[in-house]
Amino acid sequence: MTKVTLTINGKSVSRDVEGNTLLVSLLRDDIGLTGTHVGCDTSQCGACTVHVNGESVKSCTMFAAEADGAEVTTIEGMANADGSLSVIQAAFQEHHGLQCGFCTPGMVMTAANLLKENPKPSEHEVRAYLEGNICRCTGYHNIVKAIMAASGQDVSAIAAE
Amino acid sequence: MYAFDIERPTTIADAVAALKSDEAQPLSGGQTLIPTLKSRLAAPSKLVSLSSISEMVGLSDEGGVLRIGGATKHDTVAKEAGGSHPGLAGLAGKIGDPAVRHRGTIGGSIANNDPAACYPAAALAHGATIVTDRREIAADDFFTGMFDTALEEGEIVTAVKFPRPEASNYQKFEQPASRFAMVGVFVAKFADGVRVAVTGASEDGVFRWTEGEEALSANFSPDALDGLSVSAEGMITDLHGSADYRAHLVKVMTKRAVAAAR
Ligand SMILES: Cc1cc2nc3c(=O)[nH]c(=O)nc-3n(C[C@H](O)[C@H](O)[C@H](O)COP(=O)(O)OP(=O)(O)OC[C@H]3O[C@@H](n4cnc5c(N)ncnc54)[C@H](O)[C@@H]3O)c2cc1C
Ligand code: FES
Ligand code: FES
Repeated sequence: MTKVTLTINGKSVSRDVEGNTLLVSLLRDDIGLTGTHVGCDTSQCGACTVHVNGESVKSCTMFAAEADGAEVTTIEGMANADGSLSVIQAAFQEHHGLQCGFCTPGMVMTAANLLKENPKPSEHEVRAYLEGNICRCTGYHNIVKAIMAASGQDVSAIAAE
Repeated sequence: MYAFDIERPTTIADAVAALKSDEAQPLSGGQTLIPTLKSRLAAPSKLVSLSSISEMVGLSDEGGVLRIGGATKHDTVAKEAGGSHPGLAGLAGKIGDPAVRHRGTIGGSIANNDPAACYPAAALAHGATIVTDRREIAADDFFTGMFDTALEEGEIVTAVKFPRPEASNYQKFEQPASRFAMVGVFVAKFADGVRVAVTGASEDGVFRWTEGEEALSANFSPDALDGLSVSAEGMITDLHGSADYRAHLVKVMTKRAVAAAR
C-alpha cells in the first residue's frame, strides 16, 4: 500500500492504494465518482478520459500511485460553479452530441483539452483530436458539431448527415 | 494484474538502485506496459516509475545536437522539437492520440522497440545516440530485433541525442485500428548523406533501406527511387497486409517523405 494525496475536482483527497490500483478504480470504486466510464479497459476507447494536471489522459492506463500530488479533473468537475452546464456540455445537449451517453464524459474531457490548446479548431482538427475517443452511437457528426459550436463558431452550415 | 509495488524515485541513481532488486521493471508512460500487465504477460514484483525524475524530462540543445530526456512525453516533443527537428516533431505529434501522447515517453518507446513503433525509425534515421545510465549506444547498434534492444538487465534509457538534419520527414501509413505504423519511413538528409529508416515492415523490426539511401544521397528527389524495388523477403504478413504489400509501401512512403522533407 502507498499513500497518495491528490486534488480531485478542487478537493484534496488522501487514500491508501495498492501498486496495481488504476486511477480509474480510485475515482470510481473508492471515491464514488462514477461519471468517468470504463469502456474497453485497453487504452483504445477514451471513455475513461480525465485531466491530470490539465492534460487529458486515459485513467484506465495510469496507476493511482502516479497521481500522487496531481490535480485531477473528472466530468463531475466540469459544470459551472452554480451547477449549470458548462459551455461544452450545453453544446453537446443542444446539438445532440450524444445518444446513449456512454462515451460522453470522455468526449467532453477531450474536447475541453482541445479547446484549451486550440480555441478555434477546424472541423478536421476536431476530428483528428478525437482519434482516441470512440463512440458507437452518433457517427461523430454531432459531436464534432457540438465542439465547433462550443468554440463559438457558426455551425449552421454543417448539415446533419 | 498480478500484485506489485510502485516506487517513485526522483534521481537516476535511485532508480538504478531500485531496479537492482529481483523482478523490478521500469515504468515510464505505461501506455504499453499497463496493457501488458493487464494481460498478465508480465509479472514484476516492483515497478520503478521514471516520471518523477526531473533530470530525465525535457529538451535541450547541446551544440546543435538535440538531447531529449528519456521520460519526455510525446506531446512535449511534438510541441518543442519542431524548430530544429521538424520531422521528429511531426512524428511525435502523430503517435496514437492526444491522451497517449500526454503519458507515453520516448524512452519507453525506444526501449520497447515494437516493430511498428515510430520513434525507433526516427532514432535510426538521425543516427541518434541512445544515452543510458551507464553508457552511450549508437542507434545502429541499439535496435537488435523485434522487441529487442542492446539494453542490459536494469539499464535505463536516460536520454536520446539527435543530430540536426538539413531536412527530414516521417511518413506513416497507419493501421487504422491501432494507429501504429503499417509501414512508416523516416528520411533524414545530412551533409554527408541521406539515411532512410523503415518501421512496421520487417520481422526484424526497424531497419535502414541502404539502397534507397545511396540513391537519395546522389540525388535527393523522389524520382531517384524510380528504378529501385524492395524485396518482400522477411517482411511481415498479417491480416492487415501481406509482405508484398508492405515491401511496396516502403518505396511509396519513402518517396512521400522525400517530397515532404524540409
Ligand atoms: C492507443 C495507443 C496507440 C498508440 N499508437 C502508437 C503509434 O502510433 N506509434 C508508436 O510508436 N507508439 C504508439 N503507441 C505506444 C506508445 O507510444 C507508448 O507510449 C510507447 O510505446 C511506450 O512508452 P511508455 O513511456 O508508455 O512506456 P511504458 O509502457 O511505461 O514501458 C514500455 C516498456 O519499456 C520499458 N521502459 C520504459 N521506459 C524505459 C526506459 N527509460 N529505459 C528502459 N526501459 C524502459 C518498460 O519496462 C516496458 O517494458 C500507442 C499506444 C496506445 C495505447
Ligand atoms: S476504458 Fe480507458 S481507454 Fe477505454
Ligand atoms: S453516445 Fe453512445 S457511445 Fe457515444
